[in-house]
Amino acid sequence: MTDEKPLIELERKIEGGDFQSAGDVSSELKRILQQIGFPPSFSRRVVIAAYEAEMNVVIHAWRGVFRAWIFPRYVHIEVDDEGPGIPDLELAFQEGYSTAPPHIREMGFGAGYGLSNMKKCSDRLEIDTRVGEGTKVTMDFFVRDV
Amino acid sequence: MAVRIQDLVQPLEATVLVPGDMGREIHGGYCGDLLSDCIANAVEGSVWVTVQSHPNIIAVAVLVGIPCVVIVNNYDVDEQTLARAQNEGITVLRTPLSAFEAVSRLASLGIPGKKRRES
Repeated sequence: MTDEKPLIELERKIEGGDFQSAGDVSSELKRILQQIGFPPSFSRRVVIAAYEAEMNVVIHAWRGVFRAWIFPRYVHIEVDDEGPGIPDLELAFQEGYSTAPPHIREMGFGAGYGLSNMKKCSDRLEIDTRVGEGTKVTMDFFVRDV
Repeated sequence: MAVRIQDLVQPLEATVLVPGDMGREIHGGYCGDLLSDCIANAVEGSVWVTVQSHPNIIAVAVLVGIPCVVIVNNYDVDEQTLARAQNEGITVLRTPLSAFEAVSRLASLGIPGKKRRES
């Protein structure tokens, strides 16, 4: 992050297992990005990655906090959870690999594309994870000049 | 000629569970049941054909900008899904048709399959 002052800071709690409100934080972020007037393709990348990060907390963790800092030319997101952590990050990045239980998969979640979607959509992705404690996902998105 | 949501009801033999904006134009279609797949690949302004009927499909629709969700095989739809769709102004149609047949009928209305290009 820079010393620049963000236009907006957003901080929201996410509850593990709360599938009813899952996606609300990303929806709120989408509205904010649209209101500010970011290019739609930029907002789309941010929102896909935000959704995947939010869903990872809902699916896998006990609880988490979603924070976004929105600057005129970039967005910084941190999603910090208390949860099981990721024992093998390399494996977790493989498309199709998932530890989600069958009842979650039946709902169309946990197909194993979350981390790879986040990687594809962000310009920088950092994952700090401790097994049995939790995971912190940090992402940056830069507006690219057309 | 532009295809509107209202034009989908009869060909799909659908029940309108939530009307949303029936006059909205539909520019493309996407079919799939994995939420990560839909959110990564579906294009704004498309109709989405799926077997999923839980509330999170509305979150995905909002995030992608999908104005109309078609739930196939007459699957039961959660009350929460309908309430959420109502709040967000998203049309929910339920059809007895299979996903294959639903897509085939949408295609014959002239709706093209659309997939997002990597940005």
